[in-house]
This record gives sequence, structure tokens and C-alpha cells, in this order.
Amino acid sequence: MAQSFDRRKFLKVSGMSLGVGALISVAPAMGGSGPAATVRRWFHRQNGEEVTPFSLVQLSDAHVGFSGPPNPTGTKAFERAIEIVNGLNPQPELILFTGDLTHEAEAPGEHAKRMQLFQTLTSRLKAKKVLYVPGEHDAALDNGVLYRQFFGETHYAFDHRGVHFIALDNVSSGKPAVGAEQIEWLKRDIARYPHTAPIIVFTHRPLFDLRPDWEWFTRDGDDVLNVLAPYENVTILYGHIHRHDVHETEHAKHYASRSLIFAFPDPTATGDKKPVAFDKDKPFKNLGLQTIAERGGALGIDDVELTLREFGGTDGVQQISRAGVSL
Amino acid sequence: MKRILIPVLSIVIIGMTAVALRLHAQETQPRVVTISAKRFEFTPNQITLKRGEPVTLRVSAEDRDHGFYQKDLKIELDLTPDHPSDVTITPDKAGRFVAICDHFCGSGHGNMKMVINVE
Repeated sequence: MAQSFDRRKFLKVSGMSLGVGALISVAPAMGGSGPAATVRRWFHRQNGEEVTPFSLVQLSDAHVGFSGPPNPTGTKAFERAIEIVNGLNPQPELILFTGDLTHEAEAPGEHAKRMQLFQTLTSRLKAKKVLYVPGEHDAALDNGVLYRQFFGETHYAFDHRGVHFIALDNVSSGKPAVGAEQIEWLKRDIARYPHTAPIIVFTHRPLFDLRPDWEWFTRDGDDVLNVLAPYENVTILYGHIHRHDVHETEHAKHYASRSLIFAFPDPTATGDKKPVAFDKDKPFKNLGLQTIAERGGALGIDDVELTLREFGGTDGVQQISRAGVSL
Repeated sequence: MKRILIPVLSIVIIGMTAVALRLHAQETQPRVVTISAKRFEFTPNQITLKRGEPVTLRVSAEDRDHGFYQKDLKIELDLTPDHPSDVTITPDKAGRFVAICDHFCGSGHGNMKMVINVE
């Protein structure tokens, strides 16, 4: 379902459901005059980049290594998502992966093997600028030591075509928190930017209280949102909840991407946080991504539900599990 | 005789005062409920409190770091195995509240929770 909103005309967001993540189109500060043009010129002075429309994809929660009844097909949905992303035209310039790349393993060496497999699979992506933040399944048991060996720092920031991107880590301390040190870093990082600058934050857990008794929250999420509050064009992309969700707080809009392994139910409809049962006839049901791209001068975020390509009907899972079948 | 009586009486009075103060302190101290945490369960997994009655929850981690979190009751503890952690609360509304471990502790972490009933 497409989501569209317009915040001060600088950063517009809309979306569609692919079932494997999200495609996001960005049209930062494209106006020819006025405040938008001021921001555009500011970014150009800062890093020399031309401010032009571009698209990116958000993938989340692949849980490489997971095996269990909620999804007996392993990495098939993740692989299908990669195929869908590679089929996009134009290609996204960025892929943002919002955590739980892998499922934890305590046997010596096993978690490293899963991270290696994740990297092998992501190497199939045509888009080569892939950015990550950790989920608790990647980084909470060892405070991010292994994750950093494979993927680098857990929080960082960069500019891309007139948008400031901020990767926040709210998992590697073991608890659902960003922490005072990282919040101080965030304050220093964004102090350089005008309040009208388009900002996309990507992180794993929701920064607002979505369902605290399901651990769908960040203890100091309010502190982070307060730091971001003066900025007028803030979009926050996250994962963790294994379902698409759109939420607006006073100063920001929050988009959750679907998972690539299994879905959780609607938290307003049930008290039990149990994975949605696997449907062997529709093995990718409820899984997906988000795409983000410029659309008519706006930032469009699309929630995309995964679909089988030539497989379907009552024997979908048997087909995708058959030896030699490539998605 | 008088030289002995006065010190003895003094000791008795001081002793009685101390006992009375201690009894008073015990009467005003919140009730203590002990809870233990280990992967991936709390023991007991259900407790019942009274609305308006102060109570101290004394939570011990038996094996590794855990969390003990219940938003509505304002419980937010970080547990380490070396010593128990206390939180004193006075529930002001009745209901069924689910407390969770919010320090990721392994593959069964998502099911590590307990129920706090407030009557």
C-alpha cells in the first residue's frame, strides 16, 4: 500500500508493498527557490554532491541461519528479495539493512558462518552501496564484537544527494537502548545541519513505544526523538517487528519494513507475540521489503510483499524447496 | 544498690526503645517479593500485588545479565549475577501486567516473561 506525506515540501515519502522489504524514493529539496533551494545549496557546499532524486531499498530481518516451523525454507525469501531488488529499474543507489541480518548461534564459529553466508547472499545485489545496522540477534550476545568484524561500526552517518543518513544502534548493549554516549554523538553530528535538512534515520528497534510488553520499544527512544525534534524533515526506517507499520510522532514519521523470514501478528489484535503460522501454499506471505524513491517531487515509500515468481498455487513450498530450483 | 540500678535501668530503656524502633521500622517497610531470573524464565512466573500497597521487588539474576521491565508499573531493572536489584513500587491501578526480560539473552529470550497481577 502506498504511503505518502509531505513535510515542508523538502522530503516526501511514499511506499509500496513488495513483500520483501521497502523501496524508497527520495526527492530532497528539489524546489527551484525558497527554503528548499537554500538546503540544496547548503548540501552542495558541504560535500559537492548534486542534489538529485534517487531511490533506495530497505531490507530487514533476514535471520540467516534461522530454522524452525515459522519458516522451513531458510534463506529462500531473502534470496527472492535480492532477485526482486535486482530487477528494479532504475536500480536503487542504496540498500539499507535494518538489523537481524543473522540469527544468533552459540556454538563456536557458527554465528560467523551465518554472517559469512549473509555476505555471500548480499554480494548478489547489483546495487553495491549496502549499509547496515545490527539487530539484537546479530550483536546483543557479544556486544557487537563479531558484527563489527564483518560489517564495521554499529552507528555512523553520511550524506547522499542532499539527504543526511544516520545509522543508530539500539541493540548492541544487550538492552533496547541507544545509550548516552551515542546520543551525545548524535547531537554533535546533526548540529552541523540546518533544521530544514532532510534526514533519514535507520535503526533496528522502534524508537517509540509500539508494544513494550513485546519488547517493541527503545528505552531511551524519547531522548533520541527529542534530539531530532528541531529538524523538520525526519524519516525513520526500522525493522524488528516483522511487519509493515507506519507511525507518526510529533516530529518524525516512522516506517517499519517487513521481515524476510516470518511475520509477527498485528499487536492491536492479539496479546500473544507468536509468529504467524507458515503457509505452505504461500510461503512468502507477509514477507517483504520497502522501496524508497522520488515520485513526482516527493519521497515515496512502498511496502512490497514478496511474491513467488513462477511458483504458486498449492505446491509453492514444495517447488521452492526442490533441489536445483533457483529463485 | 542505686549505683547498679541506674545503669541497668538505662540499658533496659535503651534496649526497649531500640526494639520498638525496629518493630516500627518493620511495620513501615514495604513487603519484599523475591524473584529469580535465569535463561529463559522468571521464578515465580506470576505474583499478585495489592493496589496502593508499597512492595519491593528483589530480583536476582542466576546465570547472566538479564533485564526486568514493565512500562506501566515503572519497573526498569538491569540485573547482573553478582547482586540482587531492588525496585519499590506502589501499584495505583488493578490489572494484569506482563514483565519481560529486555536484555537479549539467547534463543528463548522472546518468551522470558512473567505476570504481575494487581488486585
